[in-house]
Amino acid sequence: MIKTFKRGGVHPPENKISRNAALEQLVPEGIIRIFTSQHIGAPAECIVAKGDKVKVGQLIAKANGFVSANVHSSVSGTVLGVENVADYQGIKKPAICIQVEGDEWEESIDRSPDINRDLSKTTEEILAKIAEAGLVGLGGATFPTHVKLAVPKGKTAKAIIINGAECEPYLTSDHRIMLEKGEELLIGVQLLKKAVNVDKAYIGIETNKQDAIDNLVKLAVNYSGIEIVSLKPKYPQGGEKQLIKSITGLEVPDRALPVETGCIVSNICTTFAVYEAVQKNKPLFENSITVTGKNLKVQKNFIVRIGTPLSKLIEAIGGMPENTGKIISGGPMMGRAISNMDAPTLKGSGAVLFITGEEAKRGTKSNCIRCSKCVAACPMGLQPFLLYRLAELNMFEELKEISVHACIECGCCLYTCPANLPLVDYIRLGKTRAMKLIVKPK
Amino acid sequence: MNKLIISPSPHIHGEFSTKRLMRDVIIALLPALLASFYFFGLGAAKVVCISIISCVVFEYLIQKFLLKVTPSINDLSSVVTGLILSFNLPSNLPVWLVVTGSLIAIGAGKMIFGGLGNNPFNPALVGRVFLLIARPEEMTTWPLPLTLATADATTGATPLAIIKEGLKNGLTIDQIKESSDYTFSYLDTLFGQIGGSLGEVSAIALLLGFAYLLVRKVITWHIPVTIFLSVTVFSGILHFANSDKFIDPVFHLLTGGMIFGAVYMATDYVTSPMTHKGMAVYGIGIGLLTIAIRTFGSYPEGMSFAILFMNALVPLINKYMKPKLFGEVK
Repeated sequence: MIKTFKRGGVHPPENKISRNAALEQLVPEGIIRIFTSQHIGAPAECIVAKGDKVKVGQLIAKANGFVSANVHSSVSGTVLGVENVADYQGIKKPAICIQVEGDEWEESIDRSPDINRDLSKTTEEILAKIAEAGLVGLGGATFPTHVKLAVPKGKTAKAIIINGAECEPYLTSDHRIMLEKGEELLIGVQLLKKAVNVDKAYIGIETNKQDAIDNLVKLAVNYSGIEIVSLKPKYPQGGEKQLIKSITGLEVPDRALPVETGCIVSNICTTFAVYEAVQKNKPLFENSITVTGKNLKVQKNFIVRIGTPLSKLIEAIGGMPENTGKIISGGPMMGRAISNMDAPTLKGSGAVLFITGEEAKRGTKSNCIRCSKCVAACPMGLQPFLLYRLAELNMFEELKEISVHACIECGCCLYTCPANLPLVDYIRLGKTRAMKLIVKPK
Repeated sequence: MNKLIISPSPHIHGEFSTKRLMRDVIIALLPALLASFYFFGLGAAKVVCISIISCVVFEYLIQKFLLKVTPSINDLSSVVTGLILSFNLPSNLPVWLVVTGSLIAIGAGKMIFGGLGNNPFNPALVGRVFLLIARPEEMTTWPLPLTLATADATTGATPLAIIKEGLKNGLTIDQIKESSDYTFSYLDTLFGQIGGSLGEVSAIALLLGFAYLLVRKVITWHIPVTIFLSVTVFSGILHFANSDKFIDPVFHLLTGGMIFGAVYMATDYVTSPMTHKGMAVYGIGIGLLTIAIRTFGSYPEGMSFAILFMNALVPLINKYMKPKLFGEVK
């Protein structure tokens, strides 16, 4: 049975044009710059100094507190120092700069191509490895994984849900992992199950990736307690709340954590990284990045060392195409526009998308015709047209009253709006202001 | 190097635009338009053209010279208003009345509130009801379809009006049907062999357009279907209580602009509720009021008034019929 969530959502053209491009290693060279903050929480603390020699996988910045994550060197070479480096959006943040020299890995990392099927590690050992490897949620939120897996006291997890929806148009890196690293992924799932003490795991995959479903169904025969769930393609199915709803039929209560439904959600790339961290002793220093766009000559799914400048990726696909109108980090629905081509990649970078000037241009806004398409499209049961209007009028108290906090900023309302109103933009603004009212009541 | 655009997500936009939606409504009305030309000939073409042109011109003039804003006539919304207004008129209506109706529809129905999106009432209906109240004579003498007209009978009342008149004279519905020239067969009403406004006569053509609107996702089924259901239920109860005095549901559905009103006028975005729940309440209300007006009121047809009345309730419906928040905690 093909499942999906019922309320709202849209289905933009999928444009998964890079789906057949096998994962490809991008060789690091030149200077690599690694941010000390690539996660939600406190920035990691740098533990190397200028002139130090580092190896691939060596810890270079230590997690600072519980909600924080370790950062490892993605290359071998000499540390040039800590500098303020502009990120994708041009905001300067401290980064450790390393001159690449050769490719010498830490001896503790198991580099053999064999799959390690040994599942004898205890829950504590698994969690410790995950924390040590600096894993963060690679679906975009970059929340430290070891924190996410720590089930709050008084709550119990019943199942792990692996998010293979990849509902954003264009993106294909999860798809490639499911196809090429299927067994590693399933071992990762078993490790996650053990980490949170559950016997059941679901992998939700949209049916536009039937080959990935078939591959995992075939492999899952050898692993107990893993169910592959076919999902009807619909955006934002990869949203944590929507995915739980699609697979289990349960709704995460308003203002509560997903664990309230007994589910803990993990992304495909994160799960693969769990396998590598626990079974191969390999910290998170590289990730898969889809480089795609209708006007590109080649479509690529790269494995990229964290800290590689974006310009290297652009070079690798043969330079920026003529008619590029916008470059996006992530998918076209929730990704962020990139303004700085020299910015280094992050742990959470999943895609670089080129869209043409025509695609990128927003239509001129006109009067709201109250067509109610935004209300029908909102997966959270909000009334975007009303939130928009209230935000426009600076009526933040009223916004708070009608649950603006529940907005997940998925963009379905703006996508569907015939009047081209900047709905999400204003709702985002209104949400920030209304949240301040919630946090600091007068 | 080329300039890159920096803007917040989402970075792509779907297929809908106001213009496309309006164009789809026009396309959906084409079968009924052709049917009206077939049944009412040149008179129909004249009324339609004048109505559309005057609506567009009035919108342009008011926006340009009174409101002093950039005219937005190319969103096609005034064309839709003009088309729908003309479908509500008899095909022999004098030109000056068509123009007046258009002025009221655009001016008093739409622009006075701030233009598209801000009007509480369906503009075309405002125009129609204005004409109906101001010039009841012209507005209720319907030319017969060319296929029915004879040398000495070119105009007549609508089936609902004939029945209303007969009931007033103490006849039963069966007696009325026998004594009238009309066949009163469902088939004739389905294809349009009846007197009436331009656009309301051919049920088949209107339903064809309904299917198109659904396929193109211009409207959802909620409003029309709840209206049809509510009409069926309420008129059904009356009919089964006393079939001599009360018309059967199928006849109600096929006549008096019921399909036209339910599919093309009640679904007007601006003046209908925002949630599916709200749409259901709105639809049930329209059905109930239409039957009440047709059966117990002095007008034989109640669709226009029912829609306008429910338009007025839309803000209230919106206030109480909110969508359910995801994971709402009671």
